[in-house]
Amino acid sequence: MMALTAYVAGWVFVTLFGSVGVPTARSFPAIIGPFAVAALAHVVVNHGLLSVVLWLTRPVEGTTRRTNNSMNARLLLSDLGYGAFGLLIAALWGELGAFALVLVLIPLFVARWAVAQFAEQQRAYEATVSALCQAVETKDFYTRGHSDRVSHGSVMIAREIGMHGERVEALRYAGMLHDVGKLGVPTKVLQKTGKLTEEEYAAIQLHPLRGLDIVREIGFLDEALAGIMHHHERIDGRGYPMGLAGDEIPEFARVLAVADAFDSMTSTRSYRGARPVHEAIAELRKWSGTQFDPAFVDAFVAAVKREGWQQPDAAVLSAEELTTMAAQDHDDPTAPLRVIDTY
Amino acid sequence: MTERRHELRRFPWQVRDSGQVLLTAAAGVLLVASVAQTANSGLRDNRAAIAFGVLIAFGELLRLSLPGDRESAPIATAGALAYALLIRVGDDPVRLTTQQVVTAQQVVTAQQVVTVTAIGMIIGAIPHLAVGRPARIGGMAARLLAVASVAFLFRPLAKDSVVKLHWGVALPLMASLVILALLVEAVLSALMRADEQRAMFRVVLVDELRIQLPLGAAVGASALLIAFAAEVMGLAALAVFTAPLLVTQVAFRRYSGIRTTYLQTVRSLAKVTEIGGYVETGHSQRVSRLAVAIGRELGIHEPELLELEYAALMHDIGQLSLSDPIPGGATVLVSRADQQRIAELGAEVIQQAKVLGAVAEIVRRQNEPYRDVDFVPDEFAADRGSPGPPLSSRIIKAANAFDDLVGGSMDPARAAEAVHRLQLDTASEYDPRVVEALSRVMHRRSLIQM
Repeated sequence: MMALTAYVAGWVFVTLFGSVGVPTARSFPAIIGPFAVAALAHVVVNHGLLSVVLWLTRPVEGTTRRTNNSMNARLLLSDLGYGAFGLLIAALWGELGAFALVLVLIPLFVARWAVAQFAEQQRAYEATVSALCQAVETKDFYTRGHSDRVSHGSVMIAREIGMHGERVEALRYAGMLHDVGKLGVPTKVLQKTGKLTEEEYAAIQLHPLRGLDIVREIGFLDEALAGIMHHHERIDGRGYPMGLAGDEIPEFARVLAVADAFDSMTSTRSYRGARPVHEAIAELRKWSGTQFDPAFVDAFVAAVKREGWQQPDAAVLSAEELTTMAAQDHDDPTAPLRVIDTY
Repeated sequence: MTERRHELRRFPWQVRDSGQVLLTAAAGVLLVASVAQTANSGLRDNRAAIAFGVLIAFGELLRLSLPGDRESAPIATAGALAYALLIRVGDDPVRLTTQQVVTAQQVVTAQQVVTVTAIGMIIGAIPHLAVGRPARIGGMAARLLAVASVAFLFRPLAKDSVVKLHWGVALPLMASLVILALLVEAVLSALMRADEQRAMFRVVLVDELRIQLPLGAAVGASALLIAFAAEVMGLAALAVFTAPLLVTQVAFRRYSGIRTTYLQTVRSLAKVTEIGGYVETGHSQRVSRLAVAIGRELGIHEPELLELEYAALMHDIGQLSLSDPIPGGATVLVSRADQQRIAELGAEVIQQAKVLGAVAEIVRRQNEPYRDVDFVPDEFAADRGSPGPPLSSRIIKAANAFDDLVGGSMDPARAAEAVHRLQLDTASEYDPRVVEALSRVMHRRSLIQM
């Protein structure tokens, strides 16, 4: 493959420029155009061959096709950038010999180092966010792992509808952080078995706003903030905290709502066992158009049918844990919160 | 007593940011002199001057923030250094053959290099100002002075035929000058930083060098490349070499981006204890700010300072596992066993992140008295090995106790009383060095308020 691409690039260069050898002062700037075309040819041939290989060896389930495309474009561009290094080395070879190679490679190695640092920091970041979300969940046994699963489900929907790579990332964090505001709800309200008073219901309705308060200053979240704030809105406008309807609800919030409710239904709750996936899907379909955006319900169902869904284990509970768990789940569409009638 | 001794160490003129003012003044004087001299003798080689000026402006426009609230303009610095080290611009073949020998009259002067660099920097800074980003005059002055030092050393040599003809002489000479320039910039930045943050110069300089080293290597190599390449390729070299450095810059931008996000996120998520009613509003923020100030006072290096900040922000995260919040969240008022339980729970949470092992250890040991007088070690004591808690834990212990006593109050009298109370407990509970640093920080704060 290397030989083939090098041959094509060399052929293009000789055809356009006509001579071979160490470039001198006279060959500039005329050499730049042919070199750029040759580099382009090299990159295109290289990527073409690479995709053929990938296509031949690809697994049957091509799930991340769309993300691959944007990644390929980025790779192509950076390869072109690296092509410029080649010209620099060639240009200075006549003057500095092998030192040219060393000098040109220094920035390249530094860039590599920075990219490695970036990757390491990103892994650390993800682990930290996940750990802190789990800290929030320790209050309630049943919701453990909920954030991670909602995050995963939202990403499944996003990929299914072909959302752009960076937005998928933001949505992933929105899923992890969507319930941090629940910490503002007093434990006794979360654990109450009977009907809720108006005040208690209001405290629950405020949790998306509390969540927003916490994560507001995290710069990169942007769109995710709107998702966290509105993830309990309903398409028919009867949700909270703002009562937005239809397209007024931010896209992220509509995605989160589907994944959030689905995970709630397929997890064990104190008042019922976990529902099987097909039943939860039927429930989603039932509320599609009133509570959920039908497009995202369809996308989610398609993704779950293809990839499956990892339900949390129905763990055995100790007596202590039984006393510290939520008696009602605000995420569960099949068992709406019961509020005392005021009249 | 300790406070008075400390005050004597500072000179009367040493008010806040005086270092930056001095540095800017020095750069300003140099610039005015250079512009006057250049105007007098006329601009030499206009095309190269304009090309490098544009490159420097472009580089300044693409300024980059580095971890720890630093700023760098790699492309501008590389361009300016290359201009200072430029021997001859290879040109169209006709001119090159007729003017093989460059006469002394045509060599660009050091003053011209300074002038072109400064103009490029100012033009590049204008768009930043236009969108309301503050100008970092001090940083720009440091960069200009670094370039100037190279220019004044190398320009007279550029006429020398030995340097011109033998790259074996030129390359080591130019490389050492580039290293010198980067050192000058690091020293000047460290001076300003030490002044601004009231940290020790020695410590700040080491941090500065450590952070600037990778990018500095890339900038230096690029500067050398362009200086040599300009001879072969003419001004086209500027465009070609910028591409590789751009790749480096993009990688660095993403790296420092994620670092910023990380810090923002930990700062934000530390607030969950406040929202949950476990601690007083602003407690984590105040403790972390105070802890970092104490840490600087004690000469802690930046990587550990960051760990200290994370640990201080999350020191109460263990309270999330309690079903009932402690009234007022004042952990200083509950029993030692409960304090230890909160610390252990918090450390467990942080341990989950795997990468923050050191932070978890700091949080775990935040309650231990600095000297083991009557503290009963738990079952993990043997595994730890070291006798006392880490310095960062001792700092958090003092800062936390101080904030529990004072809260958000800005009253200096109340702060002094709290410091006094901690001082009474330095026999075994609080580290006397930490409490002394705390009292210095507080003393300074009360001065600023007056």
